[in-house]
Amino acid sequence: MSDSQAAVQSHDGLHNPALLHHFADEGQQRDASSLGMWIFLATEVMFFGGLFCAYLIYRRLYFGDFGAASASIDAKLGGTNTAVLICSSLTVVLAIWAAQTARRSLMILMLIFTMLFGVAFLGIKGIEYKDKFEEHHVPGVSFSFANVPIPGHPDQYANPQHAQIFFALYFIMTGLHALHMVVGLGIFTWLLWMAWKGRFTPRYHTPLEIGGLYWHFVDIVWIYLFPLLYLIDRHP
Amino acid sequence: MATATVPSVERENYLNKHYGVGSWLLTTDHKRIALLYLISITFFFFIGGFFALLIRLELLTPASDLVQADTYNKLFTMHGQVMVFFFLIPSIPAVLGNFLIPLMVGAKDLAFPRINLLSWYLYIIAGIMMVHCMLTGGIDTGWTFYTPFSTAFSNTKVIEAGLAIFVSGFSSILTGLNFVVTIHRMRAPGMTWSRLPLFVWAHYATSIIQILGTPVIAITLVLVVAERALHLGIFDPKLGGDPLLFQHLFWFYSHPAVYIMILPSMGVVTEVIACFSRKRIFGYTFVALSSIAIAVFGFLVWAHHMFVAGISVYAALIFSLLSYSVAVPSAVKVFNWTATLYKGSIHYDAPMLYAFGFLGLFTMGGLTGLFLAALGVDVHVTDTYFVIAHFHYIMVGGALMGYMGGMHFWWPKITGKLYPEGWARLAALIVFIGFNLTFFPQFVLGYLGMPRRYADYSHMPEFQVLNVLSTAGSTVLAVGYLLPMIYFLWSMRYGKPASDNPWNAAGLEWKTQSPPTTFNFEEEPVVTWEAYNYDEIDKGRKEEVQVVG
Amino acid sequence: MHDHSKSSPLKSYFAVWGALLLGTFLTYEAALIDLGRFNAAVALLIATTKALLVALFFMHLKNASEKLLKLVVASTIFFLILLLALSMFDYGTRSFS
Repeated sequence: MSDSQAAVQSHDGLHNPALLHHFADEGQQRDASSLGMWIFLATEVMFFGGLFCAYLIYRRLYFGDFGAASASIDAKLGGTNTAVLICSSLTVVLAIWAAQTARRSLMILMLIFTMLFGVAFLGIKGIEYKDKFEEHHVPGVSFSFANVPIPGHPDQYANPQHAQIFFALYFIMTGLHALHMVVGLGIFTWLLWMAWKGRFTPRYHTPLEIGGLYWHFVDIVWIYLFPLLYLIDRHP
Repeated sequence: MATATVPSVERENYLNKHYGVGSWLLTTDHKRIALLYLISITFFFFIGGFFALLIRLELLTPASDLVQADTYNKLFTMHGQVMVFFFLIPSIPAVLGNFLIPLMVGAKDLAFPRINLLSWYLYIIAGIMMVHCMLTGGIDTGWTFYTPFSTAFSNTKVIEAGLAIFVSGFSSILTGLNFVVTIHRMRAPGMTWSRLPLFVWAHYATSIIQILGTPVIAITLVLVVAERALHLGIFDPKLGGDPLLFQHLFWFYSHPAVYIMILPSMGVVTEVIACFSRKRIFGYTFVALSSIAIAVFGFLVWAHHMFVAGISVYAALIFSLLSYSVAVPSAVKVFNWTATLYKGSIHYDAPMLYAFGFLGLFTMGGLTGLFLAALGVDVHVTDTYFVIAHFHYIMVGGALMGYMGGMHFWWPKITGKLYPEGWARLAALIVFIGFNLTFFPQFVLGYLGMPRRYADYSHMPEFQVLNVLSTAGSTVLAVGYLLPMIYFLWSMRYGKPASDNPWNAAGLEWKTQSPPTTFNFEEEPVVTWEAYNYDEIDKGRKEEVQVVG
Repeated sequence: MHDHSKSSPLKSYFAVWGALLLGTFLTYEAALIDLGRFNAAVALLIATTKALLVALFFMHLKNASEKLLKLVVASTIFFLILLLALSMFDYGTRSFS
């Protein structure tokens, strides 16, 4: 076994067993974990950023076609999903507050609610994807976007090729986001288990904090995705 | 401070503490992980070198007679991909950075040792995918994956190679993340930012680039894979897409990537020059801040790879101007190194020979970069051997020489053995001569108009002489790289045992034993001295000698 | 060490939650009004406000004891904007060439 494992087993109880031995104290470990997660989120911002770059460039180039494509996705469902994620972010901070104030039942309840909101989000997403599939808006061999007028220009039809680019980016961006949601649900399952086992105290709940940071980030990505994808040219 | 004393009995250290394959493959010790990386990247270096050899053999004659053009396309593609993603980008950070940064800041390990191990496993998984890709047909798109050839026309394993590089990118990101958190959170008491070795500053700057840049190429490769697999049109002009969008996204990472490759090397050179001139680095603050400046400015210049691709003239103007600015912090470093040498007590040990080589060759590579940044000249020499010579001067003459210098400098610390100095100096000289013979003719070839990525230049047979010179040089260069392989391995068994600080160098890593124990320091060090305190070190040694003598 | 304000953070959490939901509603409604070129700007402005609220209050960036985390966020946003701005500059000026 590694040295750190041997050392931990030899003096359990002198400090929080979650303290790793290359750290001087719990504060240093918590600060390191927090900084580490923020830096990871920075990489995620740049990861999604590349997609936003591609999206913004094509939206500018093909504004009319993108508007037509955007009008065919359900903004009410998208808005609902935005509200769902906002609520889930609230339950996350409430869970952390509960951990800080030693309210174990509330903490567990809030974690469960967070996950329920996450599942609801994915469910609504699934409905949206199903609709797109049925309308043949999924890029590929059966893609079809014929005779769809451009918003504001009822005499012009949208270019199907440009619309396909919209949908390609739509599916990749929301799909990548949904994948991050799934990972988030996995993380929160683990956090729920740890909370259930009583591993979190007011003094130590770092995994909750950094898991929460990740969840909020996923929320922020959707906060931008919603208006950019769903609300391009919606006014009558 | 122990300098000349060498233990007669082998002490417990990180190498002999645990034995067995499991203790290596499941280690979280940053020093062992550094060695795991060392073995892996050396393996890939030889694969990349093998492709280089075939390229140079083909170019001995104007006709495409050794390999067909399609095969040649695969050779230069895989040479580039392996050398960039599987050798140069990890090299110094994953080997020397991993080994030394905890030691240099006075910590027991990096901030996240298990993530460090994960980083190596991701690299290995990516490497296996890449080797499999190469063995089952390889790719021929150029290491740059330009669309729509890579997405719509190439008949090679683009998806597999793209995914391999995607995975290797995460290895790189995790290394950078680990370094930044370690440098911020794990410094020993008294180790203020201005007492850090400049090697650490250089790696901090490198890590910023790894963290912010790599995700962009990751998503770009995802798009390429998606486009190729699902026949989308994001980058395909026939389907409404723009190939230049790919290039923007690709180069947004790949230009800063070249600074990932050179900054750590600059950090090594700083340490070596200080030690072997017995002087504090001239202008510590300028050198430290210039590393950060290179990292930041490096993100501002990417479209200088696209001057003739079809970007707007106004964008070209802006990027050309910005590209000139990025030369400034690099020049600052060169001036500071030179000023450090001035009136220093120069010792010509092998690490210093590599540092000298770096100084000259990096300067030439950097200056020719300015040629390329000038729009008018670039139109003439872009996509010719001039560009190839430019970046090989920096990558091989610069980065690789820094890596070799660093391996020699810290070899006694890493292994507890001394390499044979005579052979090492000879190898350094052979590398220098071989390098110049290989790549200088390529500047001339490029300027005269020989395009890059051509297997067949029989319409320009007058280029053969320079190509033959270049290939001859490459064989000399190969000897220069083989020699250290041999004597380093030899030294692990038969080399003289090293003392804790055979170079009498400054830096916390030299205060541990050679090789260090698993947790590096017996007690947490408390730093009360400035970096590069060579005057104190040498004064102390003189007094020791006087007392004894 | 996180510097938690002694007064209950619950009030600020619920206030932010309310503001976020309001912002979502406003985004949707604003999209239905013809603001010409400014539709996108308004939407992004509201989205950025929401993102800042989440980052500052839910992610505790406002109370962060050292400036480092804010520097990480600011630098990331800077480089993202760089990517977006300089590439859009190319596309935006191509028609003039």
